[in-house]
Amino acid sequence: MELVNTFGSTIVDVAPIIAIVFGFQYLVIKKPIAHLKEVIAGFVLVVIGLALFLVGLDMALFPIGEMMATQLVSEDFLPPIEAGVSRHWSDYYWVYLFAFAIGASTTIAEPSLIAVSIKAAEVSRGTIDPFWLRIAVALGMAAGITLGAWRIVTGYPLYWFVLGAYILVIIQTLLAPRNIIPLAYDSGGVTTSTITVPVITALGLGLASAIPGRGPILDGFGMIALACLFPIITVMGYAQIAQHQARKQGALTGEHPK
Amino acid sequence: MSFSNALIFLGKLKDSLRDLLPVVLVVGIFQVAVVQKPLPEGVSLVDLTLGLGFVIVGLTFFVQGLQQGLFPLGEGLARELVSRGSAFWLFVFAFTLGFGSTIAEPALIAVAGQAAIMVSQSGLIEASEAAQATFAVTLRLVVAVAVGAAVSLGVLRILKGWPLHLIIIGGYVIVLILTLLAPAEIVGIAYDSGGVTTSTITVPLVTALGVGLATAIKGRNPVLDGFGLIAFASVMPIIFVLVFGIVAFEGG
Repeated sequence: MELVNTFGSTIVDVAPIIAIVFGFQYLVIKKPIAHLKEVIAGFVLVVIGLALFLVGLDMALFPIGEMMATQLVSEDFLPPIEAGVSRHWSDYYWVYLFAFAIGASTTIAEPSLIAVSIKAAEVSRGTIDPFWLRIAVALGMAAGITLGAWRIVTGYPLYWFVLGAYILVIIQTLLAPRNIIPLAYDSGGVTTSTITVPVITALGLGLASAIPGRGPILDGFGMIALACLFPIITVMGYAQIAQHQARKQGALTGEHPK
Repeated sequence: MSFSNALIFLGKLKDSLRDLLPVVLVVGIFQVAVVQKPLPEGVSLVDLTLGLGFVIVGLTFFVQGLQQGLFPLGEGLARELVSRGSAFWLFVFAFTLGFGSTIAEPALIAVAGQAAIMVSQSGLIEASEAAQATFAVTLRLVVAVAVGAAVSLGVLRILKGWPLHLIIIGGYVIVLILTLLAPAEIVGIAYDSGGVTTSTITVPLVTALGVGLATAIKGRNPVLDGFGLIAFASVMPIIFVLVFGIVAFEGG
């Protein structure tokens, strides 16, 4: 059965990290492990959980992404065109809306993002509002995926977009309040969870396979990359706006917050 | 399982559900209101529901297992190694921790599998299942070595106090130069592999190491200096996978 094969391979996947931590514990630190039974039970749970997840990935997460891509770009779903005329990219508006909705909805409720935004509020001494920071990350993620979908439809090279995003990140790094920079960089990593990555990957590959003139290997990847880069830009952008507003208020009341 | 354990487990189950719910809602609304058609042929609602059930239960077990075993162990080791002050063991630990946690990262397993299928369809590797499996494992090893190198570099940065953004900008420049040299087929995969490394296992372990280190060293701010490790871990895999693409496909 599928599940049994997957179990075999997940043991191999988890073996290196188990060997590393146990090796360091017994050979370098040379101390016994506290709650050894619980720790071993934990590793057993990791193996079982990973195997179940990988089976569910093939049964549900990949098919969902691919299915939505295929349905939203099928000829009988899209507005009709005359024979021989090539399609304008704006015909695929439901694709962009779907990409935006997936990006925004999965990010706004992400628990690790909530934790990061509270931390950011502390670092900024209150100039940053955790709620608006979450909105900024969710908008960045949604914009990244939508732009990624648009790029797949139009077939422009991925590196143009990544180059553009890098330049924006660099400019903003030089301008944004210094203590927000590490958190901004990290917010890019936070947006891509174990559930969203497979769905988005399958969506991109499905779009690139179904749209005439596009191919999965050259056009299908890149949505994840843009989804990681754009939150960095929106978070630093929000921090700049928040700092500007705090200064303005400080000027009005005569206080000068740092 | 005792009663309190059962409660903790239910709490975790709720967290996994909250992760999945937005996806299910958005897809459901689009299917009913926008596509307005039954599911396409070959996709069964029973399989989807069962699969999502596996995903939820699997992820819940996975996270519970990590919090019960790997995370406390990893954090304890990070604290202990930092307090011993042996730079050699600290670097070995940083590298192996980044490597090992990336090999077990579920999102990377998923993307590497898809990448292997697409690369074999494009004709760069053989169309056999064995060739695909080899490519997927090689890709994961390359990314894992990259994350190991990234975490080691991050530790070095914290020790030396180098500014984060200068190294990141340097990384971006290297990425752009390599993009021009690498075969076009690997570029998308390389860029995406940067985003998938920072998921379930790697982030908490690596953050614990960074924050522990920044707290232990005088003059370092855990918030400012402890966080850069993740940023490195998302740029370094792009560089390594691009180089892998150049070496594996450009020369031959």
